Amino acid sequence: MNIDGITNGLVIDHIEAGKGMELYNALHLGDLESSVALIKNVTSHKMGKKDIIKVDEVLDVDLDVLGFIDPNITVNIIKDNEIVGKKHIELPKKVTNLIKCKNPRCITSTEQELPHIFKLTDPATRTYRCIYCETKARETRV
Amino acid sequence: MDNLIDILDLSVEEIDELVEKAKDIINNPDAYREKCRYKKLATLFFEPSTRTRLSFESAMLDLGGNVIGFSGADNSSAAKGESVSDTVRTVGCYADIIAMRHPKEGAPLVASMHAGIPVINAGDGGHNHPTQTLTDLLTINMEKGRFTDMTIGLCGDLKFGRTVHSLIEAMSRYSGIRFVFISPKELKLPSYVVDEYLTKNNIPFEETNDLMAAMPNLDILYMTRVQRERFFNEEDYIRLKDSYILTREKLAEAKADLTIMHPLPRVNEISVDVDDDERAAYFKQVRYGKFIRMALILKMLGIE
Repeated sequence: MNIDGITNGLVIDHIEAGKGMELYNALHLGDLESSVALIKNVTSHKMGKKDIIKVDEVLDVDLDVLGFIDPNITVNIIKDNEIVGKKHIELPKKVTNLIKCKNPRCITSTEQELPHIFKLTDPATRTYRCIYCETKARETRV
Repeated sequence: MDNLIDILDLSVEEIDELVEKAKDIINNPDAYREKCRYKKLATLFFEPSTRTRLSFESAMLDLGGNVIGFSGADNSSAAKGESVSDTVRTVGCYADIIAMRHPKEGAPLVASMHAGIPVINAGDGGHNHPTQTLTDLLTINMEKGRFTDMTIGLCGDLKFGRTVHSLIEAMSRYSGIRFVFISPKELKLPSYVVDEYLTKNNIPFEETNDLMAAMPNLDILYMTRVQRERFFNEEDYIRLKDSYILTREKLAEAKADLTIMHPLPRVNEISVDVDDDERAAYFKQVRYGKFIRMALILKMLGIE
């Protein structure tokens, strides 16, 4: 299957197969006017299968969102048909309002206006904990 | 120091400094009677707690300061639906320091972000209770004269007791400490506490369900309450509850200089006939709690 190359824009590559749609939603790509391609289950030497997103516009993506979902994702910036830059992705130290604390005893369960903030407490296991009640984020799905 | 939300906010040096200050207050109470003149402590207790609130209020009064506040959410604007952050912003306009208890975990952290004055966590649900840990540490130091080289037995509910976990964490920073964990298997110390504080730091410990057998080796026995609601069935509770009740007979094999501690309130886990034993330190512990809170208030207000 062929998708046209892009002249100016972003290629978000090495997305774990099946996580492309989640990323598409988390980055609000549906709100863009420009062309966006989500390609699923592309054959990959390294990963077996992967997802790719191509965006026909150079936009500021939230690297924290990408890093939280999967720090192995790569972002290539394309200008005049050439890769002019790669964004370095890492696990964000803190994420705000990306996931919600599910602990019913947490103050965020009763005070709706509080931001849900999770802090990276163990990079090796990608463990995030709620800053208020220290409950572990059970999943890294946004 | 701006706030005290978690015992981890304090370094070993800061804890030692607080303990030394508390000891100085115990020895020279008159020197501290006017230290907090014209200062106000607000005790914001969104759920009732006799002991902790009175301890904070006595601490401030003994420093010559004043106290305002409420006890129980029904008596506060929280009953009208006001948020924690709005409540503390308001209180920050009146008081110099806040001690806050709240049933929800993390509420004091939220308060510390908005109050504009120092906030002390006086207990947030089953989460943190740093001034209880400071109280326990001062008690150990006063009764033993040291923090090092001792065997500490913790007995009862070791699974849910955050106070127990904080004490293990705090004491594992000193040398020559050995722990004995005495509990039914249903209430054993969670593995993350074992991994994080003991295995990682090579702290020797043993686990047993036999209080009597553990007794002769202990320098400190820290009792906690075994609560009925922690058990899956009534039968287990009835079978186990009496094994973890401390009586005068069970102390027969104990060391002469054992220190018996309990965070209180007690229900029946320490029989009243132990109260007169000179090894019982749990009411002294209450008294020490006031002195360490005095030291803490001084430190947080930046008063020497």
